[in-house]
Order: sequence, then C-alpha cells, then structure tokens
Amino acid sequence: MTVQELPGATAYPAWRLRTDPAPLLPDPEPYRVLGTEAAAGLDRELLLRLYDALVHGRRFNTQATALTKQGRLAVYPSSTGQEASEVAAALVLEERDWLFPSYRDTLAAVARGLDPVEALTLLRGDWHTGYDPRERRIAPLSTPLATQLPHAVGLAHAARLAGDDVVALAMVGDGGTSEGDFHEALNFAAVWRAPVVFLVQNNGFAISVPLAKQTAAPSLAHKAVGYGMPGRLVDGNDAAAMHQVLSEAVRRARTGGGPTLIEAVTYRMDAHTNADDATRYRADAEVEAWRAHDPVRLLERELTGRGLLDEERRDAATEAAESMAADLRGRMNADPLLDPMDLFAQVYAAPTPQLREQSEQLRAELEAEAGR
Amino acid sequence: MAQALQRAMRDAMAEDPTVHVMGEDVGTLGGVFRVTDGLAKEFGEDRCTDTPLAEAGILGAAVGMAMYGLRPVVEMQFDAFAYPAFEQLVSHVSRMRNRTRGALPMPIVVRVPYGGGIGGVEHHSDSSEAYYMATPGLHVVTPATVPDAYGLLRAAIASDDPVIFLEPKRLYWSKAEWSPDAPATVEPIGRAVVRRAGSSATLLTYGPSVPVCLEAAEAARDEGWDLEVVDLRSLVPFDDATVCDSVRRTGRAVVVHESAGFGGPGGEIAARVTERCFHYLEAPVLRVAGFDLPYPPPMLERHHLPGVDRVLDAVARLQWEAQS
Ligand SMILES: Cc1ncc(C[n+]2csc(CCOP(=O)(O)OP(=O)(O)O)c2C)c(N)n1
Repeated sequence: MTVQELPGATAYPAWRLRTDPAPLLPDPEPYRVLGTEAAAGLDRELLLRLYDALVHGRRFNTQATALTKQGRLAVYPSSTGQEASEVAAALVLEERDWLFPSYRDTLAAVARGLDPVEALTLLRGDWHTGYDPRERRIAPLSTPLATQLPHAVGLAHAARLAGDDVVALAMVGDGGTSEGDFHEALNFAAVWRAPVVFLVQNNGFAISVPLAKQTAAPSLAHKAVGYGMPGRLVDGNDAAAMHQVLSEAVRRARTGGGPTLIEAVTYRMDAHTNADDATRYRADAEVEAWRAHDPVRLLERELTGRGLLDEERRDAATEAAESMAADLRGRMNADPLLDPMDLFAQVYAAPTPQLREQSEQLRAELEAEAGR
Repeated sequence: MAQALQRAMRDAMAEDPTVHVMGEDVGTLGGVFRVTDGLAKEFGEDRCTDTPLAEAGILGAAVGMAMYGLRPVVEMQFDAFAYPAFEQLVSHVSRMRNRTRGALPMPIVVRVPYGGGIGGVEHHSDSSEAYYMATPGLHVVTPATVPDAYGLLRAAIASDDPVIFLEPKRLYWSKAEWSPDAPATVEPIGRAVVRRAGSSATLLTYGPSVPVCLEAAEAARDEGWDLEVVDLRSLVPFDDATVCDSVRRTGRAVVVHESAGFGGPGGEIAARVTERCFHYLEAPVLRVAGFDLPYPPPMLERHHLPGVDRVLDAVARLQWEAQS
C-alpha cells in the first residue's frame, strides 16, 4: 500500500519534507574564473590581495617544511598546492566570524592573521594550542578527522540564538567526509539552518588512499543534496573562484539561508606529511600535471596578462613573504621556555585533590633535579 | 528523583539564560524518562531542543555552543547509546580546556541514565562509569538520593568543567526525603557522605547500590556487624579523605557496584584504600560487583546484580584471620 492509498492520507503527509533537489545539486564542472571571460569583471584590488596572500602562503609552506628538516617542527602537513582555498577561506570571513581548521589548515589560520609561531605550537610540540581561540575566532586545529565540524555547527547555532550574525567556516579533507561526524554535522546544520559553510578540500588523497576508494558519490559536493543544502564544486586552485563561491556561501549563511557544502578540487603537491613517502601511491606524472595548474601561477598569469602585475609589485610580494619567513625562522630557532608545572594548571578549573598530590610530586622531582 | 532532576534544570534555566537542554526527545515528550518534562513549554524550543538522532552530533554541537558561551545540558537517552559520542567526549570535551590552556572551558553536563534493574532489554542497562572515570578532564558524579539528585545536578550545571552526570535508572521513581517544595541545596562535587555510621566495616558504594548497601547494613546487625555505608557521590574527583577516615576507623572495607568487577571502579577504589590505609586494615579490601559479562537479559539480571546477600557474604569474608 502506498501513501496515497492509505485511508485519509495525502500524498505529502505533514511530516514528509518537500524540497526540490535541483537547486541543491552542484554543477558537475568545477567553477572556474581565472582564464575565462568572467575574469574581466573581477575586482583588481581583490585579485592583488589574493596574490599577496598566495605568495605569502606558499612561502609559509616551504618555510614550515624546511623547519621539519631542521627538527624545529615535530611534523608539518603541508598545504602546498592548496594555498588558494586556504587563503580564500580566511579572507572571506569577517572579524566576528569563526574558522574551524583541520590539522592541515595552519595556513588558513595564518592568513586570518594569526602569528605563524602561535599557529605552529601544536606542530612544534610545545603546547597544543598556542593562541586564545575566542580572541582569534579560530578554533584549535583539529587532529581527529571531521570532529571539528559539529563544533562549528554548535557555535553557529549559538551565535544565531544570541542574535549575532556570525558565520562559522569549517574545513575538512576528502577522507574526513567518510567520518560519521561529517554526516552528523551536515545533518544538524541543515535541520537547524545553522550559518555554517563546510569547505571540503579534495586534494586527491587521504594519506595514501585515493578518492575512488573513499567514496562512490558523483562528487563530494553532491553529498549536500541528501542533507537539504546546496553543494558547490569549485576549482580549488583558482583563488578568485574560491573567493567568489565562499563569499556567496558566507553571505547566504549570514542572511539566514542556512549552510552550504563546498568541494574545492585541488591537489596535495607534497607528501601527506614530512613522514610520508608519496612515491608509494602516486606517479610523478600526475604530480607534474598538477604543477601546471599551480594556484600561484594561475593568478600570476591572469594578473600579468591584464597588466595588473609588474615586476615591482611582484618583488614587493616576494620580499614581504621572505621577511615573514626570516622572522619565523629566527623565532623558531629559539627553544621555547616551558614550565612543567603547567601540566596541571588547566585540567580542571581547580585541580582535584588527586592532581594536587601529583603536582606536588612533580615539584619535588624538579627540585631534586635542580639540586643535583 | 526524576522530579528533583527536572526541578534542578528548571531552576538553573530560570536563573541563567545560557543554560540549554538538548537531546533526543527531550522537548515535546519530556524525555523517555520524563526528566525534562515541561522545560520546552516553559523555556521554548530554543532552550530545550529536540535534536536529530545523533549522539556524536549532539555532543559535538554542545562543544561549539560552549565555545560561544552557553552551558549545554545534554541528555543521552540510555547508557549504551552514549557510546557514539565517545570520540567527542574523550577527544574534545574532556581536554579542550587543557589543550587551549584554559581559553576554552567546557561547561557541559552529559546526563546519562545508567545501570540495570528496570527490566530493560539489551543496551538499556549498562554501567559505563569506568569508561568515564578513565578519561582525565571529566568529573563523574552519581546521586543516590533525591536531595542529592537536585543538589548535584545544580552543581554540575554550575561547574565550568564537563560533568558526566550518571542517573541511576532504577532510582528515578524513588520519592524518599523530598518534595518539589522542599528547600533545595546545591551539593558541591567531590564529597562523599556517610549514609549510615558504623564501626565494624565500611561499605563503599554509589548510585543504585547505595540502597542495597543500606539494606545489607540493617540485615548485618543481626549477625553482630555494625556497618558504615559511604556514598561516594563523586567518582572523579575522588574523596580520599572521607573514605580513608571511615576505613581507618572500621579497619575493613568492601566496595560495592553494579558494573563489571574486572577493570571496574572497585579495583581503583580498593587500590587507593590499600595504599592509604594499609596499616589500619584487618583484611584485604574486597569487591562486590556485577559479573564480568555483557549485561544479561532482564529475566536473569537479578542473578547478576549485586544484592544484599552477596554484600553480606563479602562482609563475612572480612573475618580474614579466622578464615586463613
Ligand atoms: C578519526 C581519525 N582517524 C584517523 C586519523 C589519521 N589520519 C590523519 S590524516 C588522515 C588522512 C586524512 O585525509 P583527508 O581527510 O583527505 O585530509 P588531507 O590530509 O588530505 O588534508 C588520517 C587517516 C585521524 N587523524 N583521525
């Protein structure tokens, strides 16, 4: 018996939701601007701002990678090749908005204005979060995959209840979309119409596992329709396209339109981290093909072609990036000062009797060590 | 007890607009145990919210809400259905304060109806306290009396730290010592209480096993045992002072709880007592616990749950010298 045949029932009972899926479906071709006709209408100032941020971001990535080789960072998951979506994510947000980065998104935090040394404390190993998330409106970099996504939903929901027009932008990798928390977060956000933008950076691999072994969906953006939110596919290496699509989603969220799922199609140029050997699972030819689609080159070509970028402007960007790198190197070369007693300081608002005992034990050990 | 818990939430919500109750069926229905009855009507659906069915999502969203300054009180429908939220609990809720050096405290209460004895089918009777106790950064609290249900829940909601609030299901309907109009006091977290004074041995227990131990203590009188019953109330932090004070006076102790004995709270408690009271002890600290098995079907649960007889058997074994 179908619903229509049930006595007294209508085809659409009150509890049945009606949503036309068509407007939610992503265009299967990733959205691109650079190199197309549409690029002519782009704001020059915005393009230059994106360019500076890209050059800065690339330099940050190479510098952080170099710091792992010198043993100054325990690990660095590089976002080289993904700078366009990293910096666009930071630049579309207002100061009052919140960013929820994953462990790969240090650059997004830096592009949002966080001091690079503070952004790297987790990866350096001196403390977990080196900044005040509330003050910076940047949640701690999340290592367990996708678990930061429901946090973004909860925060956005709370902000909306408070009457604040705050948006939360949450970042996750392609592998992270297979986690239950990804599903639960999207579902919550859609049901609550929470002002959240989900940005999936599809960089081809989850450590060694390619997308085809991760999902059977037409695209990751297509997943949106099942939750009742729009999905968008973007060329993640096209900084202008990323900025446009993210801005549009942020505007939608801010004005009560609810969440959006954006898939940035990009590529991870480096290995998963410095500890990984990418030659085991991908061919050099593939990496080379993506090198031709480098986000910095793409924007540079556009700017140069339109006569917006001269030698001088380019040198200025490079120089600014170099001085950031030199400053970062210099400050990372000093050993951080750590107080072991800090271990006990923030487990609870006030230490339990058990922790008080243990902190006394450590204090005695430290004193004995100092006396030796 | 259910009413006292409900009043604790209502009073907290009335006093503090940042307190939000959320969970599955907590709104219109008032929770499957009716503990949140009336809250959605009184405070609106934004403050007492029926969420989608997703425990990780509920607790994860609560984390974000806490980041924005709210105090979420999350109801997990049953003990065994809180497990999907474990990752959020251990990876984020318990350590967010620590990893952000105090910048992001997590004033979240996770209410978990726990324990057996209500004839529930499988997955409705687990005692999950050991999992929570093993996670630093959480407070773990469980009331055994109606006034404590109110007092401890108020304290839990007021706490700037995450609190796992374990509600003994089979005590939900106990009415003793309290009426909704009775003066209600907030009970600080971390203090055990002597429920019955005695001199010949101490029963260390909590939650649903407290009434069992009180009954056992009465029965033991006939055998010449004057038992002290200590209700721990808070498993984390643990009140070593009250516990050791009692055991040093009586010289003998039995830990009683429903959850499995192996790897259970009793092992930790017995070890703490032994470490601190060794020279006062006349016998090893004994444990009376549930068997080491998945919670049995309801028709067999009475054989599994530690009852008065099993407690009395343990008390008899405390005559160590005579025995060995
Ligand atoms: C819950 C969880 N499982 C496993 C890991 C280990 N791990 C770290 S990164 C990673 C791959 C993630 O891939 P993806 O989501 O595509 O992000 P990417 O690293 O490519 O940016 C895995 C499996 C983890 N951090 N968290």
